[in-house]
Amino acid sequence: MSSLDSHADNPYLAHHFETEEQQTESCTLGMWLFLAQEVMFFGGLFLAYAIYRSLYPEAWSAGSHTLDVVVGGINTVFLLLSSFTMAMGVYYAQTGKQKQLALMLLATLALGITFVTVKWFFEYAPKIEAGVFPGKLWAPNPANHHYGQLAFFEGQGLQMFFLLYFVMTGMHALHMIIGFGILLVLIVMTMQGKFHAQRYLPILFFGLYWHFVDIVWVFLFPMFYLVS
Amino acid sequence: MWNFPLLPEQASAYAAKVDPLFYALAVFVLTFTMGVTTVFIVLGVRYRKRRGVHRKSVHVENMLIELVWSAIPVVIAIAIFAWGAVLYYDHGKAPGDTIDINVIGKQWMWKIQHPNGLREVNELHVPKGRPVKLIMTSQDVIHSFYVPAFRKKQDVLPARYTSLWFEATKVGEYPLFCAEYCGTEHSLMGGTVYVMEPSDYEEWLGGGPALTPAAEGEAIFQKMGCATCHDAGDSSRGPSLNGLYGKDVKLRGGGTIPANDEYLRRSIMEPTADVVVGYTPLMPAFKTQFNEDDILSLLAYIKSLGGGTQE
Amino acid sequence: MSTEHLVEPSADFPVRDYGPPRVHYLNWRHTIASWLLSRDHKRIGIMYLVSISIFFVVGSLFAAIFRLELLTPEGDFLQADTYNKFFTLHGVVMIFFFLIPSIPAVLGNFLIPLMIGAKDVAFPKLNLASWYIFMVGGTIGVAIILLGGLDTGWTFYTPLSSSYANTHVFLAAMLVFITGFSSILTGLNFLVTIHKMRAPGLTWFRLPLFIWAHYATSVIQVLGTPVLAITVFLVGIERIWGVGIFDPALGGDPILFQHMFWFYSHPAVYIMILPGMGVISEVIACFSRNRVFGYEFIAFSSVAIAIIGFLVWGHHMYVSGQSMYANLVFSLLTMLVAVPSAIKIFNWTATLYKGNVIWETPMLYAVGFIGLFGIGGGTGLFLGTTGLDVPLHDTYFVVAHFHYVMVGGMVMAYLAGIHFWWPKITGKMYAQTPAKISAIVVFVGFNFTFFPQFLAGWNGMPRRYHSYNADFQIWNVLSTAGATVLGIGFLMPAFYLGWSLFFGKDAGSNPWGARGLEWEACTSPPIPHNFEEIPVVTQEAYAYTGEETVSV
Ligand code: HEA
Ligand code: HEA
Ligand code: HEC
Ligand code: CUA
Ligand SMILES: [Cu+2]
Repeated sequence: MSSLDSHADNPYLAHHFETEEQQTESCTLGMWLFLAQEVMFFGGLFLAYAIYRSLYPEAWSAGSHTLDVVVGGINTVFLLLSSFTMAMGVYYAQTGKQKQLALMLLATLALGITFVTVKWFFEYAPKIEAGVFPGKLWAPNPANHHYGQLAFFEGQGLQMFFLLYFVMTGMHALHMIIGFGILLVLIVMTMQGKFHAQRYLPILFFGLYWHFVDIVWVFLFPMFYLVS
Repeated sequence: MWNFPLLPEQASAYAAKVDPLFYALAVFVLTFTMGVTTVFIVLGVRYRKRRGVHRKSVHVENMLIELVWSAIPVVIAIAIFAWGAVLYYDHGKAPGDTIDINVIGKQWMWKIQHPNGLREVNELHVPKGRPVKLIMTSQDVIHSFYVPAFRKKQDVLPARYTSLWFEATKVGEYPLFCAEYCGTEHSLMGGTVYVMEPSDYEEWLGGGPALTPAAEGEAIFQKMGCATCHDAGDSSRGPSLNGLYGKDVKLRGGGTIPANDEYLRRSIMEPTADVVVGYTPLMPAFKTQFNEDDILSLLAYIKSLGGGTQE
Repeated sequence: MSTEHLVEPSADFPVRDYGPPRVHYLNWRHTIASWLLSRDHKRIGIMYLVSISIFFVVGSLFAAIFRLELLTPEGDFLQADTYNKFFTLHGVVMIFFFLIPSIPAVLGNFLIPLMIGAKDVAFPKLNLASWYIFMVGGTIGVAIILLGGLDTGWTFYTPLSSSYANTHVFLAAMLVFITGFSSILTGLNFLVTIHKMRAPGLTWFRLPLFIWAHYATSVIQVLGTPVLAITVFLVGIERIWGVGIFDPALGGDPILFQHMFWFYSHPAVYIMILPGMGVISEVIACFSRNRVFGYEFIAFSSVAIAIIGFLVWGHHMYVSGQSMYANLVFSLLTMLVAVPSAIKIFNWTATLYKGNVIWETPMLYAVGFIGLFGIGGGTGLFLGTTGLDVPLHDTYFVVAHFHYVMVGGMVMAYLAGIHFWWPKITGKMYAQTPAKISAIVVFVGFNFTFFPQFLAGWNGMPRRYHSYNADFQIWNVLSTAGATVLGIGFLMPAFYLGWSLFFGKDAGSNPWGARGLEWEACTSPPIPHNFEEIPVVTQEAYAYTGEETVSV
């Protein structure tokens, strides 16, 4: 059958696929289904958020006021930029420009790491230090100029706000960190010349994943930082 | 040696209404399933493959049959739904003139308090022929108050108030179970419901203490110093609680919330969760100082200060 | 024990036999690594078969032990805590490690590529990964058992599980989280395979109904399971951080947990029945030598069940304190989701009409399925009816309902499938007489075990009771006696199927004379890449009648 020839002259075609087209379409559909799965995964968290926000409106606005919109905003910019560099990367991959591709992937990685670093040093760490971490460590210090007012609202709604803040942004950060690992592999592969105009699907799929992670943040940012 | 309890005892108005549905469905499902299985076997035998008989299989298609036997189940299904829904409405809507009894579930016992303050544990005495409403909450995990003879059951949740009403129709003793799995001794969390003639019930009640839940609540209110802030009208440090129950309360964050049982409970246990507009959140949290019993008494007291009824 | 009488080649019904292949997927390599690292869907299917069989034995032993406890009303044989751990582990093992993977991961894995004329599933490595993830989950399960168990019930209701239980809830949350991803990967793989890997000419409406059923199942796996994953993840966090997402004492809402749990777990019950319905369609078509009556209706009813199934989760919560109007909506939708099942039953029965019915073992299981699933699903109607669920909720009536659908339905279908495709999977034919006897023993034992539980439940016996009111004893004695018979029925296949592996006759490529690529274009056992040549499909599924179609 024709399958034999097409396998012979195409080292990228896995043995169980008949044609390259079939392989591409399968992988694409698989990727979209994976993203659908991710949507449901985050969907559960968004539901919890919606319910507790309506249950504890006061705590939500009090908690939100202590989040740093400036830091969050700057981080949002980093992330959007990384989406942009990623999109450029896909473009260069499709056009077979390997050097530019490597550069774009590096830029994406750098921006992503910046995001997570800022998140840790300017957001997570100070909160944990000030006792603004739900659970056994919870002890907002009234003397703290930034988080002190929280002591006023001492109620469980507030812990719930911070719990969801840590879980949801943490889950988002975890997705980014997993992304860093994949990016590293992709960068090495690019340097080895493994991607070119005939073979760029991995880059395309990673791009989809990365944009998805960004979109999640685009929802998270107003949900946590901009509660009136 | 063994009983054969084929059909359960019927001791409430609801039981008399729900049983016909059960038996109707039982007949329907058994006939249906046995009917289909019989047809299956009969066809299977009638058209079995035999040596010497060569029947050329014909493929039969008939849209009309398909549509008919798709539509019939829809109609039956909706009919069953409607019958059940009517019953459920009856189960959910208590009449106005109920005897309200407080029930607290806790691992692994039922604590019960009658309107006149009389308490009992794992036993519930009720009069025959009068609607009774249980107002229930849990001290720890979820439990479920279940009296098979009444065909009634309701989950009992921590930090929430659920209610269950029934009207007993037959004097006697009936088992009470906890139906929601609640830990090690879940199977022992039961007791007995005693249905008595109304006159016997009055007599039985008469033996109890005179302090009603509202009176107990008032005592707590004084003892814990609530009155220092919630006393004479709005001039004091806290809002007046007169006529509060069932009203809509305006919150500082904007928005309103109905002053129902859950709201009042939260206002006492965790005052900062919802702060009333125009007040500073001075009120201390009483979370560690009250148990569910105290709260139920305080609620009874606050309700006694007037206000609408919650529904 | 010859099966020759089944195959009568004739002009309008040609049956081809390829004879046993020299090299097939079982013998082409013998090292352990060639199994453990295999990306062949058939070998992965076998690996699942072995793993879930072990889990089934474990889960059954828990049941056997606690059924002994229930012989007497007093809690005299096991401690209360031990009893609670046993039913919890029974439920968890049976659901997550046996029933959910049973037909999809074993038969689905093995058969989907064969049935659609593909060399493998779309993502063979992912398929292998899903087995490893499954085994990691299984290892955690074994660890939980060894470390002292779990006593929350398989439903993990909060705040009992999150704040009060002092067993291994965190580990259990991880177990469910991890195992869930194995199920997601399987579903994802099937969806892509069915969409993209069909042989030339195999259009959607030429697909066997088994494929349609798995398609619907996979949709649920991909969209439902992540919600369960995040839910148990939150329970796990609640356990270790001591925060209250679902514990009201800490500001959370236990009802939210129930919503999120059932949002997955109701659709999950359809993961546990749709593949079984797929098997039954295949078996009935083959053994009545007829195209399945109302093919399109059966196909679409699977999809309808999958979709409406996402909207009825609230029927587990009628007495939880949820609003009355929400309950009424859930009840109406519950009634509607039952309709597609009724349609299937009618169509299966009509398939026999004017067929050439052959009463071999798989067919016996299929009749068993129809009767037992009818009762199980029909009692689902009792429970879906709001007013009637009030007394029945959390009693043995519910226990009986779900064993009728899960054991009487899905396990019967699984056994039907195993008996149907065993010759294809192993290349060997098993002895029919003991197989037929075991089908009857299972059917009788099953009814003895679980029918009395309907009566116990209607009389008010709550479930998850270590000791119970003496009034209910008679029902429990019957039930335990029945379980003994049922257990024997379940053990029998192990013997005659095992026997067939060593002494059975060669089955030939199509012992039943069935239609379908797995029978007609494939040897038994299949060769490593399934087909010498990718087949081209020119006919409808179940073309037992040639091209002819008659309308009446
Ligand atoms: C394989 C698994 C499986 C399947 C297929 C089903 C199928 C159905 N189930 Fe079941 N169910 C469970 C597994 C399953 N269930 C489990 C495990 C629980 C308990 C969980 C726990 O608490 O631990 C449960 C609990 C459960 C409850 C909650 C009970 C309670 O806790 O109070 C309800 C309530 O509505 C319900 C309803 C239904 C309905 C309506 C169907 C329908 O899909 C059935 C459809 C089938 C038919 C209808 C049969 C055939 C047709 C007829 C008989 C003809 C007549 C039909 C019509 C007129 C429509 N189930
Ligand atoms: C696939 C799912 C599945 C399967 C196959 C089974 C199989 C069986 N189940 Fe299971 N069951 C569940 C899923 C399943 N169950 C779930 C989800 C629950 C709810 C858990 C919860 O509440 O959290 C449950 C709960 C449950 C209960 C209720 C416990 C309680 O509420 O207190 C009972 C009681 O009888 C029971 C019995 C049985 C029996 C007798 C079998 C039989 O089919 C098993 C047959 C096998 C054997 C009996 C073993 C082999 C035989 C021998 C070794 C011979 C000797 C036998 C004896 C001496 C008895 N099960
Ligand atoms: C130190 C003063 C103070 C004490 C003592 C106090 N409260 Fe309050 N209470 C307030 C204030 C101020 C508010 C309004 C702000 C708020 O909602 O927190 C309030 C609000 C409430 C409300 C909600 C009222 C509404 O209009 O919605 C209830 C109910 C209540 N208190 C009950 C109690 C009970 C019962 C006690 C005693 C066990 C108590 N309070 C003790 C100051 C107090
Ligand atoms: Cu309380 Cu079960
Ligand atoms: Cu359900």
